[in-house]
Amino acid sequence: MTNQAPILEVRDLSVSLPISGRMVPVVTDLSMSIAPGEAVALVGESGCGKSMTARAIIGLPPPGAVVSGSIRLEGRELTTLSPRERRRVGGRGIGFIFQEPMTSLHPTLSIGQQMTDSLRYNLNLSTRAARDRARELLARVGLPKERDLLNAYVHELSGGMRQRVMIAMAISCNPRLVIADEPTTALDVTIQAQVLELLIAMRAEIGLAMLYISHDLEVVAEFCDRAIVMYAGDQVEAGTPVECLKTPHHPYTRGLVDAIPHAGEARSRLSPIPGQVPSLGSWPRGCRFQPRCPRQDDRCATRPELATFVRSEVRCWHPLAGEVS
Amino acid sequence: MTDALLDVAGLSKSFHQVHAVRDVGFTIGRGETFGIVGESGSGKSTTARLVLRLVEPTRGVIRFRGQDLATLSKEALRRERRHMQMIFQDPFGSLNGRMTIEQLIAEPMEVHHIGDSAERRRRVGQLLAEVGLPEAARHRFPHEFSGGQRQRIAIARALATEPQLIVADEPVSALDVSVQAQVLNLLLDLQQRHGLALLFISHDLRVVEFMCDRIAVMYLGTVVEEGQKAEIYAEPRHPYTRALLDSAPGRARKGAPLKGDIPSAANLPTGCVFRSRCPRAFDRCTHEAPQPRAVAPSHRVACHLAEE
Repeated sequence: MTNQAPILEVRDLSVSLPISGRMVPVVTDLSMSIAPGEAVALVGESGCGKSMTARAIIGLPPPGAVVSGSIRLEGRELTTLSPRERRRVGGRGIGFIFQEPMTSLHPTLSIGQQMTDSLRYNLNLSTRAARDRARELLARVGLPKERDLLNAYVHELSGGMRQRVMIAMAISCNPRLVIADEPTTALDVTIQAQVLELLIAMRAEIGLAMLYISHDLEVVAEFCDRAIVMYAGDQVEAGTPVECLKTPHHPYTRGLVDAIPHAGEARSRLSPIPGQVPSLGSWPRGCRFQPRCPRQDDRCATRPELATFVRSEVRCWHPLAGEVS
Repeated sequence: MTDALLDVAGLSKSFHQVHAVRDVGFTIGRGETFGIVGESGSGKSTTARLVLRLVEPTRGVIRFRGQDLATLSKEALRRERRHMQMIFQDPFGSLNGRMTIEQLIAEPMEVHHIGDSAERRRRVGQLLAEVGLPEAARHRFPHEFSGGQRQRIAIARALATEPQLIVADEPVSALDVSVQAQVLNLLLDLQQRHGLALLFISHDLRVVEFMCDRIAVMYLGTVVEEGQKAEIYAEPRHPYTRALLDSAPGRARKGAPLKGDIPSAANLPTGCVFRSRCPRAFDRCTHEAPQPRAVAPSHRVACHLAEE
């Protein structure tokens, strides 16, 4: 980590959603900061609150959601801005890349139209300047120059090309932070490797701060500086991704690592986490992982605080010290 | 292999001008797990469906339990189907939401006239226990279950006719990792207990490595490499297999990622289908399609470079 002022600083972020007539927490007291050039991963299974965290940061929570806590972008508090100002600050300062470019790119607007709209709105460029800039961006993300992609439509592009267009749009207004929500999950592995390589290059070139959301700790370990593991809306562990993989301290992180097959290992069976992720609105009191945890005892009825343990931060009364065998 | 349960040769399928699967061949022994790995458009799912003749092959032989399924009459094929079942990626789409779990699991037995209704109900209880679902699940509907539980229901249904072969097409791809492990372990347990052969289709190289004895790697409708899992993972011989393994998360990356996209199956490159992305392509690859050749006793590679 660096001593530079963070690009993004989130303190005690909580999000609740109205579900069948009552407010249900989906993210609780999440804190993190991302320095310039740093990549932080949010890791967890579906329903753990990682995408909801991203939506809260970009100011697009679902209708009816209640968001509390502080979100600062380059020192500026976003949560107290008017929606109009928030759009202006967020539109320029934060770029985002979604999992499925097919559904987040407009199907009946040309690529050029979509890209120049945002450039004209956020950077006040003329139509002509915006088209030039869009062309430049498409070349930068490795799309073939010989094809006039500005006049192309999403359906004419392959999955990998669509994701490159998304990345070009995400960096188009020179953001300081890019949020990528499972950007490679829908892609084939060889294409996934291309897109990851591009994201890594972009980060180094422009000194982008990145929040990378993934369900896969091994993908994250390849290029993120820190990983935050979430379970049922809680940050349960934070550390380097390699530390999380090799010496997980929270029993849930350990469970995740043991549940996936690893390259070259000889196990006759995997070690699943018993039970399943509790549904929204039925999270247990105290530690939310306790019903599935092999180390659970009476103490776990009280919610543990996030505390420093070895080189990581862990929310657990009985953290694990040892290495994964 | 003399003890082959399934022996597929020259299997091809064209949809109009699109050659989805071309000249695919492999064998699966009794109780063996054979994996097909590939990216989208590789033809792996079509191959799975061809094997069960859910899709009619354009050409090829599908020898299963000693007879060629490709030439069986509809009626004979229907009878043979009780010995082979399929599990799909999305257990929501493949389970009729208006049927109870009991009806769903009993249905294949009814179709194949196995037992009377009392026996079938008893058997449903056994099957629920085998896949780790409570007896009470019987009277409920698919939407009341989680993704992992629905996949267990699909597995119970597949087991109902006591098949010898189960074709599983991306059976855990839609599941969260902790649940994925539960379902994979269950498949292994059942396989061991019943001596099942599995044809396991997946894009996830980690899961395939864990599950399979032998694998075939497919690219654009053809098998580019086939052999013992351990051998291929340790020393891939086809440039595509090598690139695929290099790209997989959790494995040390050795080379630069492959360039370009997978070509369209409607517009295949001449010669070797992989040559447009192959870092080692040379003249010969443009005009001559490499034939699969043995590089070790049970290891075949379709690449000109694998010749010597």
